[in-house]
Amino acid sequence: MSLLEMRNIKKSFDGTEVLKDISLTVEKGEVLGIIGPSGSGKSTLLRCATDLEKPDSGEIHYDGTFGLVFQNFNLFPHYSVMKNITDAPLRVQKRKKDEVYQEARELLAKMGLSDKEQAYPYQLSGGQQQRVSIARALAMNPDILFFDEPTSALDPELTGEILRVIKGLAMEHMTMVIVTHEMNFAKQVSDRIIFMDQGYIEVEGKPEDVFGSSNARIQEFLGKFREP
Amino acid sequence: MAISVMLGKLAEGMWVSVAIFAVTLVFSLPLGLLVSFGRMSKNIVIRTIVKVYISIMRGTPLMLQLIAINFGPYYGLGIPNTPGWKNMAVAIGFVLNYAAYFAEIYRGGIESMPQGQYEAAKILGYSRGQTFFRIILPQVIKRILPSVTNETITLVKDTSLAFTIGVMEMFTVAKALTASQTSLLPLVFAGVFYYVFNFIVAFVMERIEKKLNYYR
Repeated sequence: MSLLEMRNIKKSFDGTEVLKDISLTVEKGEVLGIIGPSGSGKSTLLRCATDLEKPDSGEIHYDGTFGLVFQNFNLFPHYSVMKNITDAPLRVQKRKKDEVYQEARELLAKMGLSDKEQAYPYQLSGGQQQRVSIARALAMNPDILFFDEPTSALDPELTGEILRVIKGLAMEHMTMVIVTHEMNFAKQVSDRIIFMDQGYIEVEGKPEDVFGSSNARIQEFLGKFREP
Repeated sequence: MAISVMLGKLAEGMWVSVAIFAVTLVFSLPLGLLVSFGRMSKNIVIRTIVKVYISIMRGTPLMLQLIAINFGPYYGLGIPNTPGWKNMAVAIGFVLNYAAYFAEIYRGGIESMPQGQYEAAKILGYSRGQTFFRIILPQVIKRILPSVTNETITLVKDTSLAFTIGVMEMFTVAKALTASQTSLLPLVFAGVFYYVFNFIVAFVMERIEKKLNYYR
């Protein structure tokens, strides 16, 4: 049973077709990497999958809950790190305080942020903020975790810490869908990769097959990353 | 007239001024929030009505609005004026006027909030009410505080406009005393009163701003 199934999704903005006819499934425990040039529709696809955008047509079927890690973190600046993580489990899921706090502390430890419980987002580096936002998403115990270019807003030296965290989650068989520009990372972490171009899924398959594909568009796209 | 008697009369007026100030703030701050919702409503009828209301409140003198509310029911509808009506008229006039200004301040603050805050809240499953009151409004308050302080300081001085319909607030009393005693002293006292009042307002608002400085 797929956790997520999207069928024939179409989406236009002001007459420009961004998603032309997208169908995909996400299976339990898999890591799906979505790559492709800017404007290919990757982010829009993710926003449709997470209900932030309404597709013009097509069907989306979920079997479970999802979380989303944003490019710009979108932490709540007026809440401490701890409150950012615990507020939704307490207020939305109405779970017990002791249990929520204990889980939040475990998540912070896992993210290497145990000493930042009482800090506010503005006091953290971008990489730390992104790790908090991953912890915040995980605290809701989602079945799928979506990442929308999680390292794009970070300095190169901070990118690694986020990628390590995501790799750690992959080892625990967290189901994840990751839109990324980090090609090597996508190759390493994904069980399956989708290459998008101009609103279509151009190539889909195992990382080695996608990266080794003779498809002209993907070769052109990957070529840009190989150039120094 | 002894200065102590003069001060006694001024003190009575002072409490009326403070009451106008307090009633206006207590009612116009929440009403302004409601009005700002109307101003941002997707329903064009609601939005247009609220727009016209704000436009009239901001586009005509408060003095004129007070006169209209005070005398309107009698001259317009033939309803006899009761003795207490002018106090009510002052309260209604000030609250309606200030709600319009506060509504625009709220709107500016709400519209300046990044979309990502709403999206993060939505993904986490917050209801619309939770999103607004837990995530958006606290941040909006911090952003609009300097504008609210400005408006509040203006309000302190505007309370003197109640004299147009004969409510015995500070300024009305001071002017009457100045005329009857042929002395400028009451007006000097009035000036000191408004200044001290606003000094306190500015101090309190600054404290609140500092308190909200725990985050950026």
